[in-house]
Amino acid sequence: MPTITIDNKKVEFEDGMTVMQACELAGAEIPRFCYHEKLSIAGNCRMCLVEMEKAPKPIASCAMPAGDGMVIKTNTETVQKARKGVMEFLLINHPLDCPICDQGGECDLQDQALHYGFDKSRYEENKRAVKNKHMGPLVSTIMTRCIHCTRCVRFSTEVAGVDDLGLLGRGENAEITTYLEKTIDSELSGNVIDLCPVGALTNKPYAFKSRPWELHKTETHDVLDGVGSSIRVDTRGKQVLRVLPRINEDTNEEWINDKTRFAIDGLSKQRLDKVYIKNENKLMVTDWNTALKKIKDELDIRGKEKTITLSGKFTDTETIIAAKLFSEGLGSSLYDCRFDNAQIIHGESESYKFNSSIQEIENADSILLVGSNPRWEASVLNARIRKAYINNNCKIGLIGPDIDLNYAYTKISNSLSGLDDIKQKKSEFSKNFYNSKNPLIIIGTSAINNSQGAAVLKLCADIAKKLPNYSNALNPLNVLNQDISRVGALELGFVNKYFDENFIYNLRENIKINKPVIFLLGLDEIDPKTFEGAFIVYLGHHGDLNAHHADIVLPTPAYTEKTSTFMNIEGRVIQTSRCHNPFGEAKEEWKIFRALSNLLNCSIKFNNLNDVRKQLIEINKNFLEIMECNNSANLSFASAEVINDHNIAYNISNFYMNDSISRSSETMAKCTNEILNKAQAS
Amino acid sequence: MKHPGMTNKVYNISNNVFNWSEVNFKRASEIIKKYPNSRQQSAVIPLLDLAQRQNSGWLSKTAIEKVAETLSMSYIRVLEVATFYSMFNLEPVGENFVQICRTTPCWLRGSDKLVKIAQDVSNSKLGETSNDKKFTIVEVECLGACCNAPMVQINDDYYEDLDEDNFRKILIDLKNNKSIKKGSQIGRQTSHPKRGDDA
Repeated sequence: MPTITIDNKKVEFEDGMTVMQACELAGAEIPRFCYHEKLSIAGNCRMCLVEMEKAPKPIASCAMPAGDGMVIKTNTETVQKARKGVMEFLLINHPLDCPICDQGGECDLQDQALHYGFDKSRYEENKRAVKNKHMGPLVSTIMTRCIHCTRCVRFSTEVAGVDDLGLLGRGENAEITTYLEKTIDSELSGNVIDLCPVGALTNKPYAFKSRPWELHKTETHDVLDGVGSSIRVDTRGKQVLRVLPRINEDTNEEWINDKTRFAIDGLSKQRLDKVYIKNENKLMVTDWNTALKKIKDELDIRGKEKTITLSGKFTDTETIIAAKLFSEGLGSSLYDCRFDNAQIIHGESESYKFNSSIQEIENADSILLVGSNPRWEASVLNARIRKAYINNNCKIGLIGPDIDLNYAYTKISNSLSGLDDIKQKKSEFSKNFYNSKNPLIIIGTSAINNSQGAAVLKLCADIAKKLPNYSNALNPLNVLNQDISRVGALELGFVNKYFDENFIYNLRENIKINKPVIFLLGLDEIDPKTFEGAFIVYLGHHGDLNAHHADIVLPTPAYTEKTSTFMNIEGRVIQTSRCHNPFGEAKEEWKIFRALSNLLNCSIKFNNLNDVRKQLIEINKNFLEIMECNNSANLSFASAEVINDHNIAYNISNFYMNDSISRSSETMAKCTNEILNKAQAS
Repeated sequence: MKHPGMTNKVYNISNNVFNWSEVNFKRASEIIKKYPNSRQQSAVIPLLDLAQRQNSGWLSKTAIEKVAETLSMSYIRVLEVATFYSMFNLEPVGENFVQICRTTPCWLRGSDKLVKIAQDVSNSKLGETSNDKKFTIVEVECLGACCNAPMVQINDDYYEDLDEDNFRKILIDLKNNKSIKKGSQIGRQTSHPKRGDDA
């Protein structure tokens, strides 16, 4: 390996590294503004200047490829002088409004001015002022603060794939803007806030709310989509003020989508904080004992063994296992999590997981999307597909209606008939698909939420088996679930074959005949009319659609208010942490089921959270290792099925508001109005 | 300094629609062909120039968007280029776009006076367009003809070795749509020494 000398210290580095990366290997800290690991190199801030032996002047270490035998000095007088000079230039036009700036306290410019800058300014001329730009409901701009690092421009062009931001003019007149101040049309737009090293682009809903040092910071995971992005939640009291991404190369890299970041104002609106019971068609406040007693009575009257338990979008695995054990204690196994009717092959975990792992997308050179709109279903995953598209010239084929995916794709068909094309290698894309080195299949729930679902899975498995990269180590068959609860629930066997093929129809038939007690674990995605005749117990945190139609509402904590375990789409076990105490009388679901089991004399074997987690591991060993996923390449269910044609319709109609939390969020409502409705109108 | 090429704003006249003329469409296709496959976006500068010529000396919103569409680029990428170069005017300009060099050599040789005359004849201020839409007068930095200072550029042509009299005459002739002499106004051959100076 080549070696480089940095501050008299010899380090080995890998070919292709820059001087800055080599310096980091040697432990030398290099200040920077424009350089960012995940973006292309611009080299325009000049803050990373270092001295190189035999070079007449300092070099920009971020843009200089490291060479064998180079001698670099990062702490000489010249370097310090250069940094001071650069800082002075940057601060010429930067306003001194730190006391009213939202970036204050976590500002790169502030920190670096302190460490590397002059203690006073020699500049006496007028500072420039730049008009603020409109960039939509999420990003607030104070453009006078901009130092033109162009990170935001590079992010939107390279990662988000929307050519919306640009640097107009030059020199003194340079300014960052969107074309005619249009809204940034990306699900990842919030990330420019984190990328901005100064306070030019800041969080609009969070404006003037708090200072970073006043916030209680908790590292946890997002549950609003299936990826389970690593996030940090900043709270003050019982208010979640903001969400920031944490670096996790396995799932979200450094990004999170706008729903994850901005839907949090929904966490303090429409909350269920008391126990409600229906009295003369009206929900009245009551206490826990009365409510539980009523549930017991109803269970006794309507028949315990007929009880149906359905999980929702955010149901954690502790709740699932508690509900499952409780239901079984009652003598019923009518529980399910597939409210969107996505089919699985029973007993085959490969039929519902993202088997190849999200990271593997980066190596893909050909991807077949079957009934999936990853841009809305898992935005950060879509950014990976775009990465493959850019870096590997990855070819993408789409079976499903036309959508804007931020990368070019080959449309195969609107309906499932496109799978035939792939199977028989009819089209150009199909032929290339089998010949590429690292092809992947990504099946969206929109392709399998019909009676053909199982057949689609079998056929895709058959195709996957014939792919060149199919091996024990890699399974190119991926199912992209939209909800964080799904894979965990399926892993725990929270399904019943009774609900196969047509979930709603089967459910309605059952309710018509049995009129059972139904436990809804935060399920709001089904039309309340379906439940007519049943006794509905709603466990959830938001007064969304179904809570209003419930007979009993039991408040539970939202994802920021409890520690729970989830499995993301890959089957990766993630654990969320409690960021603040729950609202009002909310109780964790497993406690509720434990209390109910006492009343009903059906034994549940856990008394605390640890016991619950032991049960998890007992049922499924995959829950043993946090942040790991154990996926196999077993595709024994593969068969070359013949599929009846079925038109695909994507099952998300509004990215910004598709769960109970985001439906309660004002920010998300603004996004719907300003971004989606405008896009549809034009 | 006011200059129609040094603004970041996109200007549009209502009902202004820009479409390539038949000749220019052909020319644009030829220009694009000069660049290798999948590198067509490199043609953005010549195409903006072509559009500016067709659109009487300036780039309107629709013209910028047309160029972007022709090259399958996003609007903002084309606007970045159009705002970067001061040679692309983003506001309407007069029939004669008069760029007066004000850098040191020309300034020493009296470019100040030229500015005054230009404002006087056109009856407009620096950076603005005259009411009769005949002139837009702007100051620019060095145009690289210092040896024949002072000089101005009017549309595509250089007018060198100016003084108060001959510059006034040029402008008045332009105003009256008369043809005028290009290049040196005192008969100098390119940048040769002036007759009498060479001894």
